Amino acid sequence: MKLARTLMATSALTLTAGLVNAADMVNDMTLVSWGGAYQKSQVDAYTDPYLAEHPEVSITWDESSAEAVAKLRAQNEAGNITWDLVDVTIADAMRLCDEGLAMEIDHDEMLAPAPDGTPASEDFGNTILSDCFIPQIVYSITFGYRNDVDAWNGATPTSVCDVFDLEKFPGKRSMYKGPIYNMEWALLCDGVAKEDIYSTLETEEGQQRALDKLSTIKDQTIWWSAGADTPQLLADGEVVIGSTYNGRLFSVIAEQNQPVSMLWDAQIYDVDGWIIPEGLPEERLARVKDFLYYATDTQRLADQAKFISYGPARASSGPLVGKHATLGIEMAPHMPTDPANAQNIIMMDFPWWADYRDDLDAKFQAWLAK
Amino acid sequence: MTDAAAPPAPEGRPGAKLKAAPVLAADGRPLKRSLARALRMQKLRALALVAPLLLFVLITFIAPIADMLFRSVENQIVSNTLPQTTELLADWDSTTSEAPDEAVFEALFFDMFLAAEAKEHTKLGSRLNYERTGISSLFRSTGRDVGKIGKEFQTALKEQNELWNDAGFWFALMTGNPPAPRDTALVKAQRNRLNALVSGTYDGDIGFAPSEEIARILPRTAREYTAFASFEALVDGRDVAKRKPWESVHAALVLDVKAPEAPAMIAAYDGPGQPELLALAENAAALPQPDFKAAFIEADKDWGRTRTWQTIQMYSPPFTAGYFLNAVDLEKTPEGIQPRPENQRIYVMLFQRTLFMSLVITFSCILLGYPVAWILANLPMRTANLLMILVLLPFWTSLLVRTSAWKVMLQQQGVINDTLVWLGLVDDAQRLVMINNQFGTIVAMTHILLPFMILPMYSVMQTIPPAYLRAAKSLGATNWTAFWRVYFPQSVPGIGAGSILVFILSIGYYITPEIVGGTTGTFISNRIAYHISSSLNWGLAAALGSILLAVVLLLYYAYDKIVGIDNVKLGG
Repeated sequence: MKLARTLMATSALTLTAGLVNAADMVNDMTLVSWGGAYQKSQVDAYTDPYLAEHPEVSITWDESSAEAVAKLRAQNEAGNITWDLVDVTIADAMRLCDEGLAMEIDHDEMLAPAPDGTPASEDFGNTILSDCFIPQIVYSITFGYRNDVDAWNGATPTSVCDVFDLEKFPGKRSMYKGPIYNMEWALLCDGVAKEDIYSTLETEEGQQRALDKLSTIKDQTIWWSAGADTPQLLADGEVVIGSTYNGRLFSVIAEQNQPVSMLWDAQIYDVDGWIIPEGLPEERLARVKDFLYYATDTQRLADQAKFISYGPARASSGPLVGKHATLGIEMAPHMPTDPANAQNIIMMDFPWWADYRDDLDAKFQAWLAK
Repeated sequence: MTDAAAPPAPEGRPGAKLKAAPVLAADGRPLKRSLARALRMQKLRALALVAPLLLFVLITFIAPIADMLFRSVENQIVSNTLPQTTELLADWDSTTSEAPDEAVFEALFFDMFLAAEAKEHTKLGSRLNYERTGISSLFRSTGRDVGKIGKEFQTALKEQNELWNDAGFWFALMTGNPPAPRDTALVKAQRNRLNALVSGTYDGDIGFAPSEEIARILPRTAREYTAFASFEALVDGRDVAKRKPWESVHAALVLDVKAPEAPAMIAAYDGPGQPELLALAENAAALPQPDFKAAFIEADKDWGRTRTWQTIQMYSPPFTAGYFLNAVDLEKTPEGIQPRPENQRIYVMLFQRTLFMSLVITFSCILLGYPVAWILANLPMRTANLLMILVLLPFWTSLLVRTSAWKVMLQQQGVINDTLVWLGLVDDAQRLVMINNQFGTIVAMTHILLPFMILPMYSVMQTIPPAYLRAAKSLGATNWTAFWRVYFPQSVPGIGAGSILVFILSIGYYITPEIVGGTTGTFISNRIAYHISSSLNWGLAAALGSILLAVVLLLYYAYDKIVGIDNVKLGG
């Protein structure tokens, strides 16, 4: 009896507390990210300082970004959205926006302007690739290679086409297990001009040309599906050169001191950022907006680069990038956006991939399985 | 003679009188009914006892699977998003090289406009993009362009009279004089159209109904205004009377007043807005002539191509076999069902590979597991229990850990290769490739699934009395004959149970092939996972899953026919 009364009293209290807050904003949020060093950098740069200012708030992390699209669709069909803010790649953000699963954003209204007053939409510039997308970082897919390979006779790869040169640079490669990135590099190294890559890939002949080029290294390639695979394979000596996200390579090189070097040539830029799920209740949305305004301002984006080598998506954050928080090394030279690294870049055509991804993936997987 | 064979008449039997008066139970009710009642109570009680599990299985297992499998044929999205277009398109001859005529494009404009307002057009674009590359961006960009196409008419009407830009004027015009009869059927139809489009269950009042007269004079305008009103009221929860109509309503009005019979009908009309309407109808030539076909083709030339329309027409029906055809490397074309181009065929090969590798894994498990189970069953209890832990320990270890351990063992710089190189059996430059291929998958999965083979075998072998073997030998059988003729037949039920377990588990395995399978060792389940989580083509994933389920059931049936499922024992 006593227990029941206590329980009732407690729930009544919770209820009233809930009602008071309901007018304002809720105090818990579920953020979804990728886990690992990247999520850690978000905790350090965004949520820890935010929680210091708002001790009443509690944040739950869900490491589901890799399956975000499928899970959001399932949540939407079940009519129970449990996530408040989701970290996704731009390709997924476009899918979510198309499917009506992500909320459309008014960037200038919801995000902080730059310190000099430039509105957010201008500060983020061309990284706003979808109406639902709030960019955070610019990263790239690029190659890392072992710098202790005897068979190379002291030569080091300087161009992305060296990946396709098995005579000069023998050894196993690791490449992404899908058409994206690989088709671009293959065509580039088959003599297609950078600006013609996507128009060439639209034709059957162009697709075959890319696959033929990849066929030259197919039996020397291990195909990866998780970003952590290539760093592991490089560290084990299983492969001598491999593609992955530049931040993963940074941690192999700078944090784990492995004999690995970066090949920045023809790096492919990609953008990662937040989306807000469509259909959040008012009070939850209010909290998300409050957090988002804080977490995407110029200083916070610059702070994140202290923990991981991904470039901030805001132009105004660039000059504020400092040293690594624990290693003390200058971070700017490790950014994909650093002028020295960005001499030859490929800007991925995201809307194009949204159209051709399924078709090319079927062809690529059929080619792989042969 | 036949009379003798016939049963004697009931009257002739003793006790026949008793039958007429039913036997009564203690409480005075007929015994039969009492018994039936008691039995029914018993059945109900039994049902109530299993109900929690039954409901649990139904709700959490059967229903989601059925729902998922249903997606492999479901295709309502096309006709729900473009209802008028698909209806008119049914009459289009897809073998011509001509795009459909203006009527279809007009329907497309109105369908697309509402879909774009509800942000549903991109969903359909993603859906149709699975069938034809490029439709995704075609729909995305067209969703933006329909507003521009309609804008022309809005501007032209506004130039004629500022009132055409006034929310209140529009509302009054469409409502007519208060006592005028209402066209509630139209309201209902448009609400259904909206519900189908947004998969909603809106059932409320939209605060508006067009007058029957205006719906007759301006049929398209009334239809589109009602659609607009339903959307504003039901989806956005706004007061229609205060909202300016969409561009689509203006376009509909231009179409209506340009109709040859319009001026006469408007002249005979006496409701609100009549003078303005009449002015429009008399001056209709000044309004831009709608040419939606040209406008759409100008927005994107793909609208002028027959293959776009063929795809929409082919996938108009509410149910489709398209996903299943796709899952067996076929495709629908206007000329009928055709095999896919050589460079896109993958699923049949993957199904074959999955079955073949699952069989190989099952046989390796039998080969490795049988001796182990034999030893365990024939050792003294204490030693057997100790050894049993060695079998169970890996069973309790995480699947990922075991798979990753195999990676470390088998890779080129791994433990086995290092040992072989150190022993001088393999040259350092020629290290064996044992992972990221079929071999790696078979080794790792055999290891992981081995306990599922050993445990049923062990429990069956334990029940075989050792005296049988001794008896066989004492009657002169050799060791081999005694084993093969006496022991082995009795252990077959254990092999059967283990094989079914291992085979069915391995056919749906996903994580291990993904990690160690490379390109030649992946299973069909890896493609299913890809379509569920990356490409979002749930229809195709459901079709692949249904086929896999059917194959497993078929094999199970064949096993039952050949070996007999009664011969399977999971325990003593």
